[in-house]
Amino acid sequence: MALEIRGITKRFGALVANDAISLSVAEGEILALLGENGAGKTTLMNILFGHYVADEGEMLVDGRALPPGDTGAAIAAGVGMVHQHFALADNMTVLENITLGTERLWSWRSDTAAARARIVEMAEAYGLTVDPDRRVEELSIGERQRVEILKALYRDARILILDEPTSVLTPQESDRLFDTLKAMVARGLSIIFITHKLHEILRVSDRVAVLRRGAVVGTVATRDADRESLAEMMVGRKVARPRAEHLEPGRPVIELDAVSVAGPRGGNPVLDRVSLTVREREIVGLAGVAGNGQSALAALLSGTLAPSAGTVSLDGEPVRRFTAREFITRRVGRIPEDRHATGVVGDLTVWENLISERLRETPLWRWRWIIDFAACKAYARRLVEQFDIRVAGIDGATRLMSGGNMQKLILARVLDRSPRFILASQPIRGLDEGAIAAVHQRLLDAKRDGAGVLVISEDLDEILAIADRVVVIHAGRTSPSLDIGDADARRLGLMMAGDLQHGAGAMAS
Amino acid sequence: MTLEPREHTPLWLVVLAPVAAVAASLILCSVLILWTGQPVLKAYALLLGGAFGSSFGIAETLTRSTPLILTGLAVAVAFRAKFWNIGAEGQLYCGALAATWLGTGMINLPPVLMIPLLFVGGAVAGGVALLLPVFLKVRLKVDEVVTTLLLNFVILLLVSFLLEGPWKDPMSLGWPQAAPIVDEGVLPVLLAKSRLHLGLLVGLASAILIWAAMRWSIWGYEIRAVGLNPQAAGFAGIPVNLTMLRVAMLSGGLAGMAGVGEVAGLKGYLTLDLSPGFGYAGIAVAMLANLHPIGVILSAVFLAGIYVGADSMSRAVNIPTYIADVLVASSVLAVLVSLMLVRFRVRFR
Repeated sequence: MALEIRGITKRFGALVANDAISLSVAEGEILALLGENGAGKTTLMNILFGHYVADEGEMLVDGRALPPGDTGAAIAAGVGMVHQHFALADNMTVLENITLGTERLWSWRSDTAAARARIVEMAEAYGLTVDPDRRVEELSIGERQRVEILKALYRDARILILDEPTSVLTPQESDRLFDTLKAMVARGLSIIFITHKLHEILRVSDRVAVLRRGAVVGTVATRDADRESLAEMMVGRKVARPRAEHLEPGRPVIELDAVSVAGPRGGNPVLDRVSLTVREREIVGLAGVAGNGQSALAALLSGTLAPSAGTVSLDGEPVRRFTAREFITRRVGRIPEDRHATGVVGDLTVWENLISERLRETPLWRWRWIIDFAACKAYARRLVEQFDIRVAGIDGATRLMSGGNMQKLILARVLDRSPRFILASQPIRGLDEGAIAAVHQRLLDAKRDGAGVLVISEDLDEILAIADRVVVIHAGRTSPSLDIGDADARRLGLMMAGDLQHGAGAMAS
Repeated sequence: MTLEPREHTPLWLVVLAPVAAVAASLILCSVLILWTGQPVLKAYALLLGGAFGSSFGIAETLTRSTPLILTGLAVAVAFRAKFWNIGAEGQLYCGALAATWLGTGMINLPPVLMIPLLFVGGAVAGGVALLLPVFLKVRLKVDEVVTTLLLNFVILLLVSFLLEGPWKDPMSLGWPQAAPIVDEGVLPVLLAKSRLHLGLLVGLASAILIWAAMRWSIWGYEIRAVGLNPQAAGFAGIPVNLTMLRVAMLSGGLAGMAGVGEVAGLKGYLTLDLSPGFGYAGIAVAMLANLHPIGVILSAVFLAGIYVGADSMSRAVNIPTYIADVLVASSVLAVLVSLMLVRFRVRFR
C-alpha cells in the first residue's frame, strides 16, 4: 500500500470532523473521496498533509509512519497536495513558483537550467503543457492548476491529493485533467481525488470511498458503482432535486443594455457590453468559469457597483442610483455569492440578520429611531417557521448556523418581500443535498409566483436542472441566450472556454 | 498549544476575566514594588486607601475619572465601528478651545443656557476635528490611525499658538493661558469642599444614553453591523459611509465634551497642560471595558483610582508614581489576553 490511514479521529470542540477513518491507496490507483460539503474530506487531507494534527490514529506512507503535524515530513515522504485555492505567487514565473523553496540554501545561484529541463520533461510526460517563463498572473485558471500539479511532482510526490480540482474548470479542461491523472497512475503514482461530483468519479477513479458526517460509510470499486447508489451512500437517503416546469414568461423584470464595468487601472473591462433580459416567470442561468465577470455582474445587480456605461432597467424603469437601498426598495431580492462575508453579519443574532434589509419599515421601528424588539422578534419567528430555518433560537449568533440554514435565512429575508427580480449568486455552493433541494424549490416557487430569477452558477448541473434559458459569460462578455433544451454540457463547455457564438446556431433555429 | 473558538461563553467567565486580569497585573507589579524594598501589601493598601479611603480621595478619584469616562466613551464608540480614533486627545483640546472661545466673554447667558451651550459647542468642535480623517478614510482609504494620531500634535500646536498669541490672557503675568471662563459658564461643584463638578453627571448620562442607543436605536444597530461586517452591512442597505461619519461625530463630540468639562469645571481657563493624556488614557479605559459603555464608567473610575492612589502612596512610601502607569499598562495587556481567553479555548497537547 502506498498510503494507509488508520483510525484517524479529529474533533473541533463538540464537532467530530473525522470519526475513526481508515483508508488505503495502492500504487497506480486513483481513489475518489466522495462526500458532501462538511463531510470531513478536506479535514482528513489536511491531517494527512500535516496542517492539522489528528486526535487519534496514524498514517503510513509505504509502510512507514508519518509524523503528525509536520508538513515538511509529508512532502519528504512523497505526499503532494493541490488545494482548491491555489497557493501561487502571481508576480513570479511558472519556473520560479515551481522551484520556490526547493533551492539549496547555501548556493549562490539556483540551477535554473536543470530545473527547467526537469519541468519540461515532466510537463511532456503528463500532458501538463505550460510555458515555464510566463508569469502566473498571465495564466488561465486551468494553467495555474497545472502549475500546482507540477509543483507537487517537482517535489517528487508519489501520492498526489487533489481537492475539488474541477470546480474551477470547464468540462473540456476537466477531461484534459483526467487524462493527465490517468497518465500519472500509469507511471505508478497514487492519486486521491476529492470531489462531490458523481460523474467525475465514475469517469476517472478506480475505487470510491464515501464519507458522511466524518465517517467512512463505504468503499466500493468504481466498476461496481453507479450514480444512484453513490448518491444514496453520500446523502444517506434517496434524494430528488426539484425539476423546473415551463411557464409562459411575462414582461421583462430586468434588462441590461450594453452594460460595461471598467477594469482596474484601465485594464480589460470586467464587464464588456453585456446585454441580458430576465422576464417574469422564468429562470435564466448564467454559466461560466469562475472569475469571468460573474462577481461584477452580481455586484451590479445587487446595487453595490455602478456600471461605467450602459443602462440597467428594473420593470422598464432605468436605474439611476446604484445603491443597495435603491435595489431593495425596488424589490430586487439579492442572494449573495459569499453568505458569510456578504450575506449575514455573523456576530449579530438570527433575528437581527432577518430584519437587516427592512430596518426602517413599520412595524419594526417606532418613533423613527427605536427598534421595536417585540415586533422584530415576532417577525423573525414567523420567518423561521415559514422557511423551515433550523436554529436553536432567534437570539443565537448567526455564525453558528450551518450553511444551509444560513442560506435559508437569506432566502427568507429576500422572498418575504415578494421580489420582482431575484439575483441568486452561487445559491447552492457548499450546501448539502437536502438544503440544495430546499433552495431550488424556493426559487422555483418564486418563479411560479411571478418573479424573474437570474441564477449565477459555476455548476452546470444546477443550471441544467432549474433554468429555462442559459447565458454563458466569458471574459466579461455574455453569449446570446440558449433555450435549456438546446443546451448540454459539451456545448456550454465550448462556450465557457470562449467560443461564445457556439450557441448562435440554436438561436436562429 | 492551540486556540479553538468557543461556541458558547459562560457568563461567569465574562465577569471573571477582567477581574482576573486586574489581579494578574497587581501581582506583576508587586515584583516592581518588592524591587524598591517596600512591603507589597502595605503599598497596595496605601494605594487603595488614597483612592477610595476617604471622602476627599473618592471625590478626587471621581474628578479624575470625569474626563476619562468621556474620552473612554469616545474611543469605545469609535472602536465598536472599527473606526480607530486615536485622536481623542486632540478632540478634547478642540472642545476646550470651543468652550474658551464661547465662554470667555463672547456670549453671556444665564448658567442654565450657558453651560449647555459650552457642551454643545465643545462637542461640535470635537466632531469637526474628525471630519478630515473620516473624509480621507471614506474617500481615499487613508488610515485613520495615522491621521487622527498626527492631528493631535497639529491641534496641540494650534492651542500653543493661540495661548502664546491672540488668546493670551493679559492678566496672566506672562504665563501661556487663556482668559478664565465667565462665572455663568463655570460648572457647579457637586460636593462641597471638593473639585468634583457637573462634568461627572454629563459623563454618566452620556454613558447610559450611548449604551441604550447602541442597544435599541436603529443608528446603534447600524453602527454595530458596520463594525462587525461592513461588507454585509452595506449589502443589506445600511449606509456604511454615513454611519462612519455619524460614529466620528459622536466620538469626537464625546472627547470634545471632556475638554469642556476640564476647562469649565476643573481648571477654569485653558492651558497647554489641560490634559495629561486623557485622550490616550481613554483608549486604555475603553479596552479595559471591552468597549462596553457602562463598563467604561467602571474602568474609568478604576484608572482614576490608580492614578490618585499612586500619588498618595508615593507620598507615604518611597515608590515613584510611575508605578501607576505600569499598573494601567499591565492591566490593559492582561485584559486583552483575558478577552482572548473568553473568546477562545486553549488546548494543550
